[in-house]
Amino acid sequence: MNGISGQDFIYGCSAIGAGIAMIAGVGPGIGQGIAAGHAAAAVGRNPGAKSDITSTMLLGQAVAETTGLYGFAVAAILMFLKPFS
Amino acid sequence: MVIANASNVDFMIKGVTKFHAFGQDLWITTTEIGLSIITIVILILAFATDRKMKRATEVPGTFQNIMELLVDSLDKMVKETMGHNAKKFVNYIGTIFLFILFCNISGLFGLRTPTGDFGVTFMLGVFTFCIVQYQGIKNHGIGHLTSLAKPFVVLFPINLIGEITNPLSQALRLFGNMMSGVVIMGLWYGMMPIFVKIGIPSFLHVYCDLFSGCIQTYVFCMLTMVYVNDKLD
Repeated sequence: MNGISGQDFIYGCSAIGAGIAMIAGVGPGIGQGIAAGHAAAAVGRNPGAKSDITSTMLLGQAVAETTGLYGFAVAAILMFLKPFS
Repeated sequence: MVIANASNVDFMIKGVTKFHAFGQDLWITTTEIGLSIITIVILILAFATDRKMKRATEVPGTFQNIMELLVDSLDKMVKETMGHNAKKFVNYIGTIFLFILFCNISGLFGLRTPTGDFGVTFMLGVFTFCIVQYQGIKNHGIGHLTSLAKPFVVLFPINLIGEITNPLSQALRLFGNMMSGVVIMGLWYGMMPIFVKIGIPSFLHVYCDLFSGCIQTYVFCMLTMVYVNDKLD
């Protein structure tokens, strides 16, 4: 640990924390994939309702995405605003 | 050999001129400049459309055709979601739709995306919140407040928090999507070697600015309509 100041150590830990925070992206990815898969199945069963299904799917996916964006916000704050320095 | 150099990564909001008002130092930032340019563009478009539609022809020309398509599809979108309430809200929804759309795709034209600033998206979320609360109180009176304690009284705090965080999550969704595009583009332009900065960023721009921007515009307007429609009947 010689030659590493406390400030550098904080920056390094912030970067690691940002990386861990982005694990939050896994959940929305799985959720959006499930939603898109079911939407594809629904279009296959009922091709006439394609526009309704698409708009419902997009709305649901956008809401599911919110948790991932919370993770992104935390990571961005850790990386660029440096709250602990 | 160091190819990547973090010092020329650049996507932050920057102050352009400083002025002093109300005992504080205030800044005109790149966000305000972008917003002004977008407002002027929308105004010019609106006046041009107005002039054109006063001398509208039976067989539409190119400009008239595009504008009629835009207005028709906006009307249809609002009509499909809000039903018989569409007439009261189509103006507001159309306005924020055009505004957010132009903000989101302005990254293509070299501006720093104004919706990548939390102040802008938060105000849009607060507008939605105010409209939702106003319509709720207008249409349900005191029932608007008592509906928060609906299944059990114990759930009142949770329902209250859920109601208050609506504009926050809506604003954060738009901000996060746009900001992630801005960050990715900034990192690509700042850290990549020169030979991948030609050609390849256009695909990233298509995804981050165009695709993501259009989807998020649609989602924001859709959620606004759904929230407002909940309180109407």
